[in-house]
Amino acid sequence: MAEYKPIRKVVSGNYAAAYAAKHARVQVVAAYPITPQTSIIEKIAEFIANGEADIQYVPVESEHSAMAACIGASAAGARAFTATSAQGLALMHEMLHWASGARLPIVMVDVNRAMAPPWSVWDDQTDSLAQRDTGWMQFYAENNQEVYDGVLMAFKVAETVNLPAMIVESAFILSHTYDVVEMIPQELVDEFLPPRKPLYDLADFSRPFSVGALGTPNDYYEFRYKIAKAMEDAVKVIKDVGREFGERFGRDYSEMIEKGYVDDADFVFMGMGSLMGTVKEAVDLLRKEGYKVGYAKVRWFRPFPKEELREIAESVKGIAVLDRNYSFGQEGILFNEAKGVLYNTSARPIIKNYIIGLGGRDFTVQDVKAVAENMKKVIEAGKLDREVEWYHLKR
Amino acid sequence: MNSLFGEKKARAEKLVFTSVDQYPEAPITLGTTLINFTGDWRTFIPIVNDEKCVKCYICWKFCPEPAIYIKEDGYIGIDYDYCKGCGICANECPTNAITMEKEEK
Repeated sequence: MAEYKPIRKVVSGNYAAAYAAKHARVQVVAAYPITPQTSIIEKIAEFIANGEADIQYVPVESEHSAMAACIGASAAGARAFTATSAQGLALMHEMLHWASGARLPIVMVDVNRAMAPPWSVWDDQTDSLAQRDTGWMQFYAENNQEVYDGVLMAFKVAETVNLPAMIVESAFILSHTYDVVEMIPQELVDEFLPPRKPLYDLADFSRPFSVGALGTPNDYYEFRYKIAKAMEDAVKVIKDVGREFGERFGRDYSEMIEKGYVDDADFVFMGMGSLMGTVKEAVDLLRKEGYKVGYAKVRWFRPFPKEELREIAESVKGIAVLDRNYSFGQEGILFNEAKGVLYNTSARPIIKNYIIGLGGRDFTVQDVKAVAENMKKVIEAGKLDREVEWYHLKR
Repeated sequence: MNSLFGEKKARAEKLVFTSVDQYPEAPITLGTTLINFTGDWRTFIPIVNDEKCVKCYICWKFCPEPAIYIKEDGYIGIDYDYCKGCGICANECPTNAITMEKEEK
């Protein structure tokens, strides 16, 4: 193994994604522009125009077609990549099922953007979480570095378990904000991520076959089980790949939930994505002020890190779940998932849902402190005042 | 050979899987295509008039199944086991050598 000397670049989250796609040696990119994703595919187009990357770029007329083209490319054995946001992701919905059902390891970056109306281009996780049941793995990046690392790891995990993966970053907070990102020299990426070995060779004309075959009621069920099994297997693969990434490049991702101060915390903040950067900052400050708080940053939402969450629940009195998303008629989506995971266990911490930052409303260190204050009271009282708190609501 | 898939069709049988491990990992060919005689779906049947046929094979290119094959004498044959009667061949034929007729069953 060659010695690892990172290349430091100041880039936006979107450029971090584009560089990662280039370093992953993606072979086909099919995409349609949408704010705030567009600069990812623009940067990739620039790489191609400058002769820096050998990629087949397919401009299409919609996101539905973008994913369809990626599916075709991936079925033929290529490493395919795309990116989208919000309404574009929703338009892709049908094709997302085709990608996972046909077991194609496509990697996509979704830049979280609020669903309209009201029309919005700002950060909100409901777009990606609404794709929860499509059979895609989902990784939520806290910062630009995690966008870059996430794309590289996602290809390795996806191509091992033969399921597609979505790397999710925040609109503007990451996508258009510049930060230092440590990039990996190409030859070391190549060692970490060798060329894809497809499940089946579509170009083998001695053994022709059809893709996405008809499955009668007698056969369909078993294929669904295989996807479920692949998702379960992905838990170990994600941890192994995350550990290997850490050994090679110094940033360990073997935990699907990144934990801070959990062991001696009364309660922890749980959430996903860039908002957890703010939480980590606030938790450090709160600790200095004597609050026994910690954090649990959920990196992978699919497959869901059930065991890791159950371990956290064993040691804390409370969990404050911060959801920058909402499922109407129910509650915050991560909150809902967490409660489900904990039901069949003996661990029953108080768990409260804070709906924060919808449509890009700022969620600051001061806000984290205010939530901590409220959660502290709930824990002292030993019972919930209310299950779901619309934290920012103008009353 | 009087059909598109000839002996292959005669030997075709649906793949039977009795345990989940026997299935391919992804839903690729399950052996349903050859044994599923979609010709049953037909309402109109294409009839070829060799006297008008100029062997351009446009019908052969357009048939979505495919259910049209080229016979040894160069004229086209239709495998009625798979022809759903969509009529695209008749529509495309530049010499009107293919006509669609109501099929009595």
